[in-house]
Amino acid sequence: MKRLNIHTDRITPKNSEELIRICPFRSISYQEGCLEIDSGCRMCGICVKNGPTGVITMEEMTSQKVDKGEWVGIAVYVEYFAGRMHNVSKELIGKARELASITHHPVYAVLIGWNTDDCVKQLLSYGVDKVFVYDNRLLEFYKTEPYASAFTDFITRVKPSSILVGATHIGRSLAPRVAARVRTGLTADCTVLQMKENSDLVQIRPAFGGNIMAQIVTPNHRPQFCTVRYKVFSEPIPYPTTQGEVIQIQLPDDMLINSVEILAINEKQKETDLSEAKVIVAVGRGIGSKRNLAMVKELADLLGAQLSCTRPLVENGWFLGKQQIGLSGRTVNADLIFTIGISGSVQFAAGMKESKCIIAINNDPNAPIFDYAHYGVPGDLREVLPELNNRIKEGANIVV
Amino acid sequence: MNIIVCIKQVPANTRVEVDPKTGALIRDGIDNKLNPYDLYALETAFLLAEQGETVRTLTMGPPQAKEALLEAVYMGADEGVLVSDRRFAGADVLATAYTLSQAIKGLGPYDLILCGKQTTDGDTAQVGAELAELLGIPHAGNVYAIQKAADSRIVVSNTLENFTITQSILLPCLLCMDGDINTPRLPSYKRKISLFSQPVRELTLDDLEERDERNYGLMGSPTQVERIFPPQNIHTRHMLKGNSRELTTEIAGILKKHRYI
Repeated sequence: MKRLNIHTDRITPKNSEELIRICPFRSISYQEGCLEIDSGCRMCGICVKNGPTGVITMEEMTSQKVDKGEWVGIAVYVEYFAGRMHNVSKELIGKARELASITHHPVYAVLIGWNTDDCVKQLLSYGVDKVFVYDNRLLEFYKTEPYASAFTDFITRVKPSSILVGATHIGRSLAPRVAARVRTGLTADCTVLQMKENSDLVQIRPAFGGNIMAQIVTPNHRPQFCTVRYKVFSEPIPYPTTQGEVIQIQLPDDMLINSVEILAINEKQKETDLSEAKVIVAVGRGIGSKRNLAMVKELADLLGAQLSCTRPLVENGWFLGKQQIGLSGRTVNADLIFTIGISGSVQFAAGMKESKCIIAINNDPNAPIFDYAHYGVPGDLREVLPELNNRIKEGANIVV
Repeated sequence: MNIIVCIKQVPANTRVEVDPKTGALIRDGIDNKLNPYDLYALETAFLLAEQGETVRTLTMGPPQAKEALLEAVYMGADEGVLVSDRRFAGADVLATAYTLSQAIKGLGPYDLILCGKQTTDGDTAQVGAELAELLGIPHAGNVYAIQKAADSRIVVSNTLENFTITQSILLPCLLCMDGDINTPRLPSYKRKISLFSQPVRELTLDDLEERDERNYGLMGSPTQVERIFPPQNIHTRHMLKGNSRELTTEIAGILKKHRYI
């Protein structure tokens, strides 16, 4: 709990000028001896740290302290839909085990659904200490309200210290609902998670459009809540023997009431999901004109690759949202990925940097994408691509 | 149907760097724009509202966020509400959703709240669902189609990764709209000059029902940014050299080595 205080007695026209200059949000103004901070302030504290000493100070306010010893365990929300467990849940269990080894906390799985027996067995094999199961006909399909009720019941019953949720469509709908209900923080799309010995979860995610990493903590609230996207962490190897405990919880039906009635559920036409693609050709704004897309498509066809793109090309309507790589699109883990005309924002890189072979073509040799690429190609794509396509077509003649 | 659309003003250019020495943010330009994902929510509202029904638009932000509200008004919204106060500064997802919920409680009856999928600056896509929770109304995310229905209900189609769901939801409710679902209209100059005054009003903390400062801004935020730092890269640069022809030869060699050709 912090608050900015302006010490009027120390204000001079000169140090006001300096404060106005260093505020990155332009929210400090000065008029006739009066310094004001407007609502553009983001409490970044730069005026305190780098400004003239003592003019603006950050005041720590006393607050009720949470008893961290009361909140024990790292819980993973298991996404189970249409009889299938989402792989992100396995990845999170692996991460939870890693984090728990620092604080010696148990790892819990929360499973909400119907006919979940097979899923429970699978969970135990991944080394979960306790599986809390809310198995009920009324929970057959995902509905936010009853699922949030069950999830909240788990939190109040078990008091876990941290909760990890997959940043899937369901996770993005359920986690905020539950976090708001128990009045705690929620950090979206973490790319790195670390554990402090006092059980504070360090959550790192790209911020400010992706050019900055933010390290976020929830120092005075429990549980600590975060979401993580699919394929950010690796899937753990199952144990040959299992010894976890299964706890079945039946909620009374009236706790599972619902103002939503599902009319139809349709499986989308099976299309190859970008997240699963082995070979990808990704194109960005550097492609210039739409005409140049033809040679990118040709390369993708020649390699049997999936075509994908960066966010600006979705925003300008050239590609569909599901073809986008990056934090606001898909995360991929390809065997081979070409990035063409992509400068490489952190958000894009976060969506593809785990790929095994990254070949980046960009005409700016200083582009950040080359920090991620295994092979950086500083060249004009309009020259390199047609030539490369021809080379691949005559494939057999290449001498390595 | 009376609709409230929640919008946000975002930086037009998200290029921000950290000064490695001072830790200060270096922002490139201060131009702002209306969050592009909110345009689809606004267009949805204009298509749903019939004669005599209102579309109000709400934002929390600094004084200049009024520009975003005016843009929405010139597109067709009846009124804009700016929730602005220094005591809201530093709000995380929970404090933002709480502030919006307090503002909406003071706006009188509504049937539907629409939000965009996410903003292009914070990118969390969480405020909509938290807002619905704090207002005690149902919500759905990733909505791509809406139909009106009888008995104070609405029929909504939304997507999960591999499924689409069509559901009937009791009003009032909150919907987070997907992008690319319609073609948002442009702000109308004719509408701009036909308005006698700018229908935008401002709310501060003192106008809200709950006035305890500790629930707002940085103080009301469970999460805290401990530090910010420039991203680190795992690879060392490995640059190929030569003219286009030589570069191509090298790439072809790599592809052959990995058996892609």
